[in-house]
Amino acid sequence: MHRTVPVFLAVRELRFARARFALMGAVIALIAVLMVLLSGLSQGLVRDGVSGLQQLPVTSLAFSHGVAHDAAFTRSVITLDTVDSWSRQAGVAQAAPFGSALINARSSSGVEIDLALFGVDPGSFLAPKVATGSPLAAPDGIVVSSTAADAGLRLGDTVTVDRLGTRLTVVGVLAEQHTFGHVDVAYLPLEAWQAIHAGAGPGEPLSDRARQEITAVAVRGDDVDLAAGDAAAGTESMTLSESYGASPGYTAETSTLTLIQVFLYLICALVAGAFFTVWTIQRKHELAVLRALGAPTGYLLRDGLAQALILLLAAAAVGIGAGVGLGSLVGGGVPFALDVQAVAVAAALLVGLGVTGAAVAIARIAAVDPATALGGNR
Amino acid sequence: MNTPTETARQAVPTTGAHDPALLDGLFMQDVTMLLGDGDDTVRALDSVHLTVAPGEFAAVVGPSGSGKSSLLAVAGGLAVPNSGTVTVAGRPMTAASRRARTALRRDLVGFVFQSGNLLPALTALDQLRLPTRFASAGAVKRDPMELLAEVGMAGKADRRPHQLSGGERQRVGIARALVTGPRLLLVDEPTAALDQARSRDVVQMLARETRRHSVATVMVTHDTEVLQYCDSVYEMMDGALSRV
Repeated sequence: MHRTVPVFLAVRELRFARARFALMGAVIALIAVLMVLLSGLSQGLVRDGVSGLQQLPVTSLAFSHGVAHDAAFTRSVITLDTVDSWSRQAGVAQAAPFGSALINARSSSGVEIDLALFGVDPGSFLAPKVATGSPLAAPDGIVVSSTAADAGLRLGDTVTVDRLGTRLTVVGVLAEQHTFGHVDVAYLPLEAWQAIHAGAGPGEPLSDRARQEITAVAVRGDDVDLAAGDAAAGTESMTLSESYGASPGYTAETSTLTLIQVFLYLICALVAGAFFTVWTIQRKHELAVLRALGAPTGYLLRDGLAQALILLLAAAAVGIGAGVGLGSLVGGGVPFALDVQAVAVAAALLVGLGVTGAAVAIARIAAVDPATALGGNR
Repeated sequence: MNTPTETARQAVPTTGAHDPALLDGLFMQDVTMLLGDGDDTVRALDSVHLTVAPGEFAAVVGPSGSGKSSLLAVAGGLAVPNSGTVTVAGRPMTAASRRARTALRRDLVGFVFQSGNLLPALTALDQLRLPTRFASAGAVKRDPMELLAEVGMAGKADRRPHQLSGGERQRVGIARALVTGPRLLLVDEPTAALDQARSRDVVQMLARETRRHSVATVMVTHDTEVLQYCDSVYEMMDGALSRV
């Protein structure tokens, strides 16, 4: 009997003191709205920062030894022979050269666009699969992110690299967003990337050294001993997820937003704790009466927790609904992406920490003296 | 033929050797409770003896601070005395742990508080339904609606406390105390907030329900006008209890 979920009193109190609970629920709902917006912003920034990397079919990237981890994609320079060294490593299924560079360009239709150039061998496992157009093949062909197409870059458009005057033609468009450091990714053949990376304009000869330079070795394999591979090739490896930190501004942006989210969870726990502390103190006499009537402490604690859970779940649901609605109104200029799993985890944390805060307050029930129900104690 | 009270009085001597476990109703023997520390120690209960049989309606009068509330608290297992024996329906209220005393209180004791002390969020019917939800599986559970009808409140079963008069709140409080079939009914100043007519009405109802349900009832009161409805009257003075 005592182990039933005691919502009898909890639900009736929620209905009776609906104004007080609605006010509290509104605060929690607002926190949930903020949480959804921050989650969307966080996901949006992640997607803007590293979606191009996330969709690389690799398990690790080997950069030049001693390169600064937060700038590896722009500073690392290694030679092509390291690819062979990595191919021979145990567990490595595939290894291919990879080049990256950030450029400013202008399309034939006058669209100014920044691009993250990913130089890959068109025959390697890194070659992107296009949604429309042709795959990477032509020396001056590029395959661009779907978001570049959204920005006005069309199939067949010519893109001219600033200062160098190199002309690249959009031959294919990817199915999804591929961005790096908030810039649209454009895949191009490795030779074309090497020329741009070396600063060689159209018709200018490329040195033998420049023809050997790449940014990293892209590695795919299971149980690869990265340390052994690095020792053999003279490189410094990062797993794919570690390499996100090398994306410009990624670590600073994500850690700032994570910090804000952590504070939001703490605020939720404190707000719930403060509300249920006041609520428990206000009900002290009623609780004394209930305990005098023989209500077990466990029953009252479960009743209080059930009440907190109902309130938090309802408020979180309203807040998440409102947050998702507001999120859908966010314009394309703001990096915003809602991920069901991220919102679910955030909501679970919000409710979980809210209940924890409430539980600390509700634990006061155990200290209520039932004898205070007697006499004129009120 | 003897009334239940007379039978009980014959069976339960107020002094002498006897086994409390065999006694029904309330049995308190040589109960002493001290409150406070050091020089501030107050003898709230001073060697109290009290026996109330099933169906007996006992009143305890006395000035404020004389120990009346302490008597109710000890009888109902809300407080533990320093010495002495307290049993309800033969079950010890003093030796048990806090959890066990709560269980005994739940199954054996009903409380009627000042002004009813009803829960503001609950309707009259729900006030009675709530104790049945945490009563033990084997406990007696009376039909809440039937009990409300018994105290004349069936027509206001869906009203909340703020929608009821003081007398009506006390009627609901009495019904709530009886819903789990207690063996001991402890009543704390039931007429404190009522006028004379309503006070008489409430106390008459308590006397009626005491006999109808054959429950041992102890009522603490300041109101000497209602003592005529009680079977026995005791006076509490400085923690000492004496029969009037």
